[in-house]
Amino acid sequence: MDGVMVFKRWTLDGGLDLDGHKDLSRQRSIISATIPDELVYPLVFRSGEVARALVKTGDRVLKGQVIAESQGAQGTLLHAASSGYIQENELRTIAHPSGLKSLCLIIATDGLDEACSVAEPVHYSQLLPVEIRAKIHQSGIVGLGGAGFPTAVKLKPESSCEVDTLVINGAECEPYITCDDRLMQQYPEQILLGIQVLLRALTIKKCVIGIEEDMPEAIDSMQKEIDRQGIDYIQVNVVPALYPAGGERQLIFLLTGRETPSNGFPVDVGVICQNIGTVMAVYQSIFQGQALTERVVTLTGLGLKTPQNMWVRIGTPIKDLVRQCGGYNGSIERLIMGGLMMGFVLPDDSVGITKATNCILVATPREVAKTRDMEVLPCIRCGECATVCPVNLLPQQLYWYSQGGDHDKSQSFGLFDCIECGCCDVVCPSHIPLVQYFRASKSKAVLKRRDDETAGLAKQRFENQQLRKAQEKMEREQRIRLKKLALVKLKKESAGSAPNAADKS
Amino acid sequence: MKSLWVTSPYLPPQNSVSKIMFKVLVALLPGIFLLALFFGWGVFVNILLAVLTALITEAIVLKLRQRPVLKSLKDLSAPLTAVLLGIAIPTVAPWWLIVLGTGFAIVIVKQLYGGLGSNLFNPAMAGYAFLLISFPQEMTAWAVPGSLNAWQFSDIIRLLFLEQLPEAITVDGITMATPLDAVKTQLAMNQESAVAVPATVERLFTQGWGWLSLGYFVGGLWLVQQRVVAWQIPLGILCALALISTGFYFYDDQSYSTPAFHLLAGATMVGAFFIATDPVTAATSPKGRFIFGFMIGALTYLIRVWGGYPDAMAFAVLLMNIAVPVIDYYTQPKVFGVRR
Repeated sequence: MDGVMVFKRWTLDGGLDLDGHKDLSRQRSIISATIPDELVYPLVFRSGEVARALVKTGDRVLKGQVIAESQGAQGTLLHAASSGYIQENELRTIAHPSGLKSLCLIIATDGLDEACSVAEPVHYSQLLPVEIRAKIHQSGIVGLGGAGFPTAVKLKPESSCEVDTLVINGAECEPYITCDDRLMQQYPEQILLGIQVLLRALTIKKCVIGIEEDMPEAIDSMQKEIDRQGIDYIQVNVVPALYPAGGERQLIFLLTGRETPSNGFPVDVGVICQNIGTVMAVYQSIFQGQALTERVVTLTGLGLKTPQNMWVRIGTPIKDLVRQCGGYNGSIERLIMGGLMMGFVLPDDSVGITKATNCILVATPREVAKTRDMEVLPCIRCGECATVCPVNLLPQQLYWYSQGGDHDKSQSFGLFDCIECGCCDVVCPSHIPLVQYFRASKSKAVLKRRDDETAGLAKQRFENQQLRKAQEKMEREQRIRLKKLALVKLKKESAGSAPNAADKS
Repeated sequence: MKSLWVTSPYLPPQNSVSKIMFKVLVALLPGIFLLALFFGWGVFVNILLAVLTALITEAIVLKLRQRPVLKSLKDLSAPLTAVLLGIAIPTVAPWWLIVLGTGFAIVIVKQLYGGLGSNLFNPAMAGYAFLLISFPQEMTAWAVPGSLNAWQFSDIIRLLFLEQLPEAITVDGITMATPLDAVKTQLAMNQESAVAVPATVERLFTQGWGWLSLGYFVGGLWLVQQRVVAWQIPLGILCALALISTGFYFYDDQSYSTPAFHLLAGATMVGAFFIATDPVTAATSPKGRFIFGFMIGALTYLIRVWGGYPDAMAFAVLLMNIAVPVIDYYTQPKVFGVRR
């Protein structure tokens, strides 16, 4: 095709060629999950972001109605995924690596699935960028790739660098996950429309869709649709099937050769990156007026009778979905939310699907590491970890300093550049849980920084107080001195001029 | 459903220390076979004694250090050290030589520094250097290639354990100088013509040393292909030796041996692929590894030609072990997204 932008192909340092296990679910069309009896929404949206409920116990809510919001510049909205009645808030296990319980908003569904009235959608070409962002915000759209960052905020870049490229992340590099693959296979037209909306919101005309080479159906589907519509400013670019090619910074580098600065964001190199699922949500918001109440989730693993991809209402407890996949199959080692490499273990299956949940992996002992901390040997400095690190860190050095608690040193070795992809962990012959050490080290470094800041503030306050006290003392002394002087003067005057005064009187 | 608290990744580890050590042992097989072919069955006795000594001494120290004994023995690192030392000493050496050397390597060089992963020096090479300095005579008494082939196994046992030779055979009759040693002696005696260079390379092969080197080279290449050893280290060593020896050879081909001689003689190949590549005591960054290897090659040449010993791999490796922290510090790779 003429006018196609030609991209140089960049390669990633490190990375792993992992067994994808994608065939468990790749060929299965997305089916709709049924309405669960109960929808569960944690009142903590992203880590540490507390949300406020906008409904009371006993209220009837409709599908698409806003039920909670978080405050601040990065605040988002949460919508009910089906109609029903608000129950008493309860402490429930939430989708968080800590496995802790937190206050949750609960809807007892009534099965009617009655929706809010939707205003007639305006064609996106009639909308200003600011109006598109507002609609995206009102639809409660966040990044569906896992990070859950508010999309509207991401579309209003604040950087000295001018954004010129929209990167769409269709590289599902984590093993097992196929939800974006299926979306691209089944909804290419909608995805292209979603991309056009995003391009309009960013007022740019250049988009690259990055898809891994082991997803031929998705590549084919997107390319065919682009060719059919004759769009020349959206390009499908195939990236190597190498984990973690789908990491935001890694993908941007593979597609554009631009290195997102360590202490910055993709906008700093003129790129905005959105995930396929997010693009689909944008399409649904702008063209159908739908809020984000549903997403595609891959339910997979040998521990499920029939793995598949499903349109799932946000808030649906995992156990309802497992039932619809034919139930558990044999002995289950772990229930993982997210991927095999970067997901987290859930303590039980009552946890609700969140906006950021792309996969539920029901893993058998065959598929996951068992009690791996049993056989840890000392590091033999083989350096495999450094070879596979996609950000060129020296994990063994980091491990050395993390273990010794030397957080300053580990930061100088790039602790905060670690993307926790887990490659080093998997290749370590000594079976050292490296990423676990790095996570702990990061938390400790953050805590220490906070402590230092608090201590600094306290010191500042104390010094200010001392200064103020000194100044007050000085002023007081000054006042007393002046008063004394005035008194002396007065006495002198009164002594000297007493006769006059007497005269006057 | 178990929910033992571990964080991602959940993919099981793909490799293990014992797997790595086992592969290195397998890669040594061609070399060991050729060693036995040219220098007699003594190599197997040496290896057996070394492995037994290594396992026993390591177990004792681990017990004293109150560390899990079985778990550490299972990693196969002690047997590997033992085998490396076992193939490095002459096949006609008395039994106590290998026992002493292995004990020193395991107890002093490895365990007293903290065991696997904590030692500064390559245990096998430190053990070798210890023996070479303490017992130079026993350590340089290499058999005349093929001379022991007619011997009974019992003769070899008697020689190694009782230091008794069969009748009508003298020590001088069964041992001879290695090619490196011969070159050195001849040069020292100023018989420059004796370094008729093609003859020395030819002699390498007629005396088995050349074939032995090729055996180690083949095993080493397999290790590189298996990604068990870092290719930068052997490449660095071989590059340095080839480059420097070529330079000197062209400068004066009467006093300096050919590059082929340096690459195939002595411990070059076994050192490049099996000794210097010990990850614990080598540099870790890719660039650092090449520098580490290159410097070992350069030092080897330096000591071989101008030093007091005919071969120098052990000393070169030990000297560069000292330099590892510095090399590692100055060769950190550029982190993604960080501007230099």
